[in-house]
Amino acid sequence: MGEQAMGPAIEASLFLLMITLAIVIARLRSLFAAAMLFGIFSLLAAGMQTLMDAVDVAFTEAAVGAGISTVLFLGALGLTTSTETRPLQHRVSALVVVTATGLLLAYGTLDMPAYGDPDAPIHTHVAPHYLRDSTAEIGIPNVVTSVLASYRGYDTFGETTVVLTAAVGAILLLGGIMTRESEAAIGDDALVQDGAATDAGVPTDPTEEGAASDEPVAERDDASPDENEVTA
Amino acid sequence: MSDLLDELGESTPDAPTPIKMRVRETVILRIVGKAVIPFILLFALYVQFHGDYGPGGGFQAGVIFAAGLILHALIYGLDSLREKLPMVVVEIGIATGALLYGGVGLVSMLMGGEFLHYGVLDGHDPAHGQHLGILLVELGVGITVTFVMVAIFYAFAGRSRQ
Repeated sequence: MGEQAMGPAIEASLFLLMITLAIVIARLRSLFAAAMLFGIFSLLAAGMQTLMDAVDVAFTEAAVGAGISTVLFLGALGLTTSTETRPLQHRVSALVVVTATGLLLAYGTLDMPAYGDPDAPIHTHVAPHYLRDSTAEIGIPNVVTSVLASYRGYDTFGETTVVLTAAVGAILLLGGIMTRESEAAIGDDALVQDGAATDAGVPTDPTEEGAASDEPVAERDDASPDENEVTA
Repeated sequence: MSDLLDELGESTPDAPTPIKMRVRETVILRIVGKAVIPFILLFALYVQFHGDYGPGGGFQAGVIFAAGLILHALIYGLDSLREKLPMVVVEIGIATGALLYGGVGLVSMLMGGEFLHYGVLDGHDPAHGQHLGILLVELGVGITVTFVMVAIFYAFAGRSRQ
């Protein structure tokens, strides 16, 4: 099997795995397992992007998707329950909307230029200039960095501000003053002194349940599956 | 957070007295973590400063650096990281990176160019100025992203179930 045949074969199998994973994630009730599978999904996506020569994007996908966001999912699950509450009824309208949107998106790809087509509009506008002259103008060999940090420095500044805003939002909504108060309150009894087992502000009572009201689909207080999973 | 970590290491379901193996108390994780985390942080610095020549840059480096710090918190406990990296430092760090980025833009304005036009940073060789500007700007991105990720992690992990 030559290199020409191998590439599409690997891409196809990655795609197949991703579709399978997506279906499995959608059907899973255990949010803990779903968070783990999300990480694997991101890793597969990173592999896909590597195959498409977008190593910088793949890098970010692997670090953010498979790394940080999995941890944040786990953190969020620690605050709520780790089992999805069964919805009262299956919404047919939701399925219709999702299918229609998917078909529309697929239809939209039909008149897009083929992948890697040198005559595609995106390859005929400013890209040739970047590829030809960026080494002389900027003096660094990685064109992606030149574009991100210099030619499109304004956009990257905006993106950095967006990231900053995300942290400000998270601190205001979840952390900040509340955490410090609860830290002081819990500090006396809950913190174990030997250092190894200290963990601020998280009571380790697995049966404690208080987040059912946060789930939009949940009408009844379905606490028992979570308890079973934790204790069994 | 700790509930989930406990679940990871939970013993067999039918054991009469369920022995909870806490992740932070397992020797293998603690030792391997001690060996691996410095290299993760070092790799993040490599990605940060080698971004001009290879794949990577400030964002990726920041995320990897934060991942190393978060791994430390997962293994040795949130308090251990909070002790070394208090929230105040994190909050200052978040702003520092963005200010560094904007500051480079302002300096290039003061030196007679447009906002974020790094070419003017070096009077003799515009390409050299560009290189310097990119290095500083990417450093700003890296600093902000690192501390933002840690701040979001603190926000999630430091909150109790109530």
